[in-house]
Amino acid sequence: MSAVKMTARVKRQEQLADDIYSLVLEASEIAKQAKAGQFVSLYSKNGANLLPRPISLCEIDREKGTIRLVYRVVGKGTREFAALTAGKVVDMIGPLGNGFTLKDKRAILIGGGIGIPPMLELAKELNCEKNIVLGFRDETFLIEDLETEGEVYIASEDGKCGVKGNVLDAIKEYDIRGDIIYACGPTPMLRAIKEYAFKNHMEAQLSLEEKMACGIGACLACVCQSTEVDGHSHVCNKRVCKDGPVFDAQEVEL
Amino acid sequence: MNLSVTIAGVEFKNPVTVSSGTFGSGAEYGEFVDLNQLGAVTTKGVANVPWSGNPTPRIAETYGGMMNAVGLQNPGIDVFCSRDIPFLQQYDTNIIVNVCGKSEKDYVEVVERLADETVDLLEINVSCPNVKEGGIAFGQNPNALEQITKAVKAKAKQPVIMKLSPNVTDITEMAKAAEAGGADALSLINTLTGMKIDIYRKDFAIANKTGGLSGPAIKPIAVRMVYQVANAVKLPVIGMGGIMNAEDAIEFMMAGASVVSVGTANFHNPYTTIEVIEGIKEFMKKQGIADIHEIIGCVK
Repeated sequence: MSAVKMTARVKRQEQLADDIYSLVLEASEIAKQAKAGQFVSLYSKNGANLLPRPISLCEIDREKGTIRLVYRVVGKGTREFAALTAGKVVDMIGPLGNGFTLKDKRAILIGGGIGIPPMLELAKELNCEKNIVLGFRDETFLIEDLETEGEVYIASEDGKCGVKGNVLDAIKEYDIRGDIIYACGPTPMLRAIKEYAFKNHMEAQLSLEEKMACGIGACLACVCQSTEVDGHSHVCNKRVCKDGPVFDAQEVEL
Repeated sequence: MNLSVTIAGVEFKNPVTVSSGTFGSGAEYGEFVDLNQLGAVTTKGVANVPWSGNPTPRIAETYGGMMNAVGLQNPGIDVFCSRDIPFLQQYDTNIIVNVCGKSEKDYVEVVERLADETVDLLEINVSCPNVKEGGIAFGQNPNALEQITKAVKAKAKQPVIMKLSPNVTDITEMAKAAEAGGADALSLINTLTGMKIDIYRKDFAIANKTGGLSGPAIKPIAVRMVYQVANAVKLPVIGMGGIMNAEDAIEFMMAGASVVSVGTANFHNPYTTIEVIEGIKEFMKKQGIADIHEIIGCVK
């Protein structure tokens, strides 16, 4: 099995928050082989926007052959995708990247901002005790979806929802315990989680983000600093798109 | 219908290859395209030792193009010879190895190391900064360019393509310098140095501040330079710079390119190379052209 380039039909799209959209696509060739933590890259129809846009998989329905993407509108490409309505089509390539490695351990799933969506599919695939910690800047989304999969705890910067502060403040406030952390979110959050996991002798899998061009491991644009020599260039630069986006916390320098 | 061309004594089954750095050594794109169908695979630049490249972000999209400052991250020639060359030898396609270096010694070391390897052509990236000359690229000074060409040619067992930098006042001066140094062929254009500022972060979009601009935004400049060079020297030319489809490729060939390279378009559509080859055939059929040579340099 490997990544395919295909044209997917839009099943439905809805707006979840100010700039956050949920897009369900008919993409059975991708759905049947995808797993939590992987991503797809969507192509803009405007030839001036050359590069595909990497977006993580929020949900995978292998039976129905659909995938759900929850994404933030950040520029021209994502604005174009936000205008897609049922029946329209979009070109994409996927599934890309490695995805999470599921462990049968008490899990803490941590999502920060637009790093929250991949936690939904991960929560569905994990068959163990799980606590889910979500960090928002202001507007919230996907809370109800995640509440059906585990205990949800929330932190928000403005304190309007849950604990005022960040995801680690919520973990301390609610005394959330676990043996493994799965996390996706902004780099400062991942850096703090890496340190927290190390201090508490916990395993942690972190999903990283970086500007990408090819998305398949050829162009070496999206590297991250790795603790050990990488297999491709034999330096210390693992490829986020191909070797990641999910890394063991010990594998990367943040 | 004849699509084959010969440059520097090496026959290409068709005139389509890829631009160095956009295709790795073919392994990743080999999942999407049959590498046997390409005229050649041009590999990502390789140096004498591993290079870790630049900090991230390394790329930024621009209108109709992209900028990159990957910094020629590569595993060094030893890993390349033991892993990438054997991989490519499985395919019926020419192998063009792109070579980078920070000094004459670096380039010569790689070229000597490749002498006994089964590769078809060498392509020398002279857009790298020359450490000894305070960082100005070899390809931006005609004397330095002639000198590096001579040094490489003295040791090379394969024909040598010098890849020209477009960041010069007169591209023909550089083409003539490479010809005087003994080059067997020229390829152009490399990327154009650009800059992008993220106005919300109040910072450069690329960590390196500047990056090489590629993609369809640069195509008219590339076509002009290919035309100028093809008419200024006797060497065969490999043309590139923003080729997205067969029409673009044919434009380069009419300007004087014997072979064309697909670069940034691979990121936009991994099947571009194959679509370009099929599109050239279709064009020739519709236009009643029996031999690709009827197209090469036909616009004077």
